[in-house]
Amino acid sequence: MADGSAIAAGRVPATAGQPRTGTLKRMARRRSTLAFLMALPLLAVIAGLVIYPFFYAIELSMLNKRMTRFVGIDNFTFLLGRETFQLVIFQSVLFAVTAVIAKALIGFVLAHVLHALPAKGQRKWRGMLLVPWVIPPAVSTLAWWWLFDPSYSAFNWMLAVFGAGPVPWLGDAGWARFAVILVNTWYGAPFFMIMYLAALKSVPDQLYEAAAIDGATGIQKLRYVTLPMMRNIISITVLFSLIVTFANFDIVRILTNGGPQDRTHLFGTYAFQVGIQSGDIPLGAAVSLFMFPLLAVFAVLILRGVNQRTKEGL
Amino acid sequence: MAGNGMTRRGVLRSGAGVIAAGATGLSAPMVHAQGTGGRLAVGFWDHWVPTGNEATRQIVNAWAQANRVDVQMDFITSTGNKLLLTIAAEAQARQGHDIIAMATWLVSEHARMLEPVDDVMGRLIGRYGAVNPASEYLGKTGGRWAAVPATSGSQYKGAATRMDLMKQHAGIDVQAMYPAETRLGPGADTWTWENFLTAADKCNKAGVPFALPCGTFSDAVDWVGAVWRCYGAEMVDARGNTTLRNNDKARQVMDYFARLFQHIPNEMFAADDATNNRALISGRTALIFNPPSAWAVAKRDALQVAEQTWHHPSPMGPAGHFVPHLNFFWGIWNFSRAKSAAKGLLEHLSQREQVAKMVEASDGYDIPPFASLTDLDTWSTVGPPRGTVFNYPVKPHHNATPYIAISPAPPEIAVQIYNQGLQTKMIARMVQNKEPVDRVFAWAERELEGFRR
Repeated sequence: MADGSAIAAGRVPATAGQPRTGTLKRMARRRSTLAFLMALPLLAVIAGLVIYPFFYAIELSMLNKRMTRFVGIDNFTFLLGRETFQLVIFQSVLFAVTAVIAKALIGFVLAHVLHALPAKGQRKWRGMLLVPWVIPPAVSTLAWWWLFDPSYSAFNWMLAVFGAGPVPWLGDAGWARFAVILVNTWYGAPFFMIMYLAALKSVPDQLYEAAAIDGATGIQKLRYVTLPMMRNIISITVLFSLIVTFANFDIVRILTNGGPQDRTHLFGTYAFQVGIQSGDIPLGAAVSLFMFPLLAVFAVLILRGVNQRTKEGL
Repeated sequence: MAGNGMTRRGVLRSGAGVIAAGATGLSAPMVHAQGTGGRLAVGFWDHWVPTGNEATRQIVNAWAQANRVDVQMDFITSTGNKLLLTIAAEAQARQGHDIIAMATWLVSEHARMLEPVDDVMGRLIGRYGAVNPASEYLGKTGGRWAAVPATSGSQYKGAATRMDLMKQHAGIDVQAMYPAETRLGPGADTWTWENFLTAADKCNKAGVPFALPCGTFSDAVDWVGAVWRCYGAEMVDARGNTTLRNNDKARQVMDYFARLFQHIPNEMFAADDATNNRALISGRTALIFNPPSAWAVAKRDALQVAEQTWHHPSPMGPAGHFVPHLNFFWGIWNFSRAKSAAKGLLEHLSQREQVAKMVEASDGYDIPPFASLTDLDTWSTVGPPRGTVFNYPVKPHHNATPYIAISPAPPEIAVQIYNQGLQTKMIARMVQNKEPVDRVFAWAERELEGFRR
């Protein structure tokens, strides 16, 4: 733009303003400029609500407790030496990996079942199965909490009908971990289902017909036709879900508050407890930033696979 | 929050306000010429008792009118930690309300950003006597008052006992022990944690076990902390030293908890602050440690339960009688431009007349920080049964001390022990995991080491 203006100014000095306006008009007409301008509000939101808080969190995590002194990576090294934080790392990985695998499997099965249904009935079932995903998680988790309630659990009432003893759903470490993973799976499985259903619908019928002519069984069709065609969407969905599940807060906060004995704390809930509730914001910021390298590793591995397959496809 | 830009009209009006106040005989501390005509933004705690907010609103509006201050009030709920998050955000942004309600540890956490209120507290103490020890421990930082102890929201967590069940199954008449009079009844001197354990055993066997939470929520931390203190045990002393090693009193109190939790349902390790309330309201327990909020709900939903509920101090121990106390404060941010008016309002809110209105509006739930103000009529008249909350506030004749768990440890360490429920987790490890006390202490020491960084 600077060059263009200079040339224009050299040629017609008396009307220096006109060529600049013309350049701006030409720029505005360019598709890339238009696209940038239209994306600008979104970019501003991302910059304000994602990029700025991220760098601010990095800054905070390198301050001392009173936020008056730069301490480098002291907060991170301190955390890594803490028994409770090591537990939090283990639990966050356990929670995210287990829940994502469960959601992927359930979503996969449901997508196939829905895909096999006639179009008329399919819409109805699709709507119903999406319900867990559209209810705000804080609300649905409260309902689950009533089902698991230490004193008045509806599940325990049902067990009692069959003569079984009560289960300490939220009072025992093992059961509490199971409960938070179960609720996260219930909430997130419809997302996988709808993504897989869309992928299934995009697989050409001719591929199945060709496989059938070759004498392929149902399992062989699944293995050699469906899965290869869905691999990219499976990878992307798993990545999205891993990010969201790792960063989960509300389910654990409402169901267990990180207990019993810190056995269900995740990065998010522990960061809140340390940073906001216990008044150590830098340490809380450091806890939350531990998610970043873990997720970055997952993201690199998954996206590398997607890229490779895309190149092979081309 | 907002600036109080001085205009010619404003100055004239301020002067007129001061003259008018003097002429009508209003008490001097209420009127602050600097704030008159200015604006004041106040973030109050959103009271659980619905009528609690209205009383505060009326008091503040009347003060605002008399002092010609434009007061904007926000009632911020503590549900979902909204108040906590608001305070954290305002501290970071260095703007927001002029006055903000703060619970327990937040005063020491934000003391550097709070306007000292020694002048206000000096006048209030001069008028009403000493503030209770828990309020002083939490409200003073470095020997200076950082915030004014608030009546609204402050509460005790003594016992809310089902009189009928306790008498029937444990043979203890709590109403006789703590009558609605300024005297102790027969048996009050035997209300010890050891006898409490015997009663817990009997009530558990009768199918109405005590609902004593042992999670990481404040109801659990508060009563467990009081038991520690009643046995003279502490994890960290006032200088910040860990005192668990070779600590016989700590062993003694842990041994007590091991015996007590044989008679408490296992589900209490997963309890939150509402679990004990529900247990009382549904008639499934003979005793909880709670302010009268559970009783207030029972009065609405299960009158037969409310009619049999009696509030009184928690038991005493070998080292004294300490009753769990959870305090609220009103702090003035140092970025406020209306500090003078803010101090005037806080002093006004702490006067006996206003305290009486707040206590009455909350059915006796709110607790003033001054022992001399625990003689208000509301606690005698509220019912059913009439007088049920007479002994809810710690009164001079109880010979008990209001106590905030983990004190006298330095607040910057205590807040972490409190909010991360270290004492309750120690009990859970010992009772649920069956870990030896030595191993539990070793684990707690490692945790404390991290808290002291």
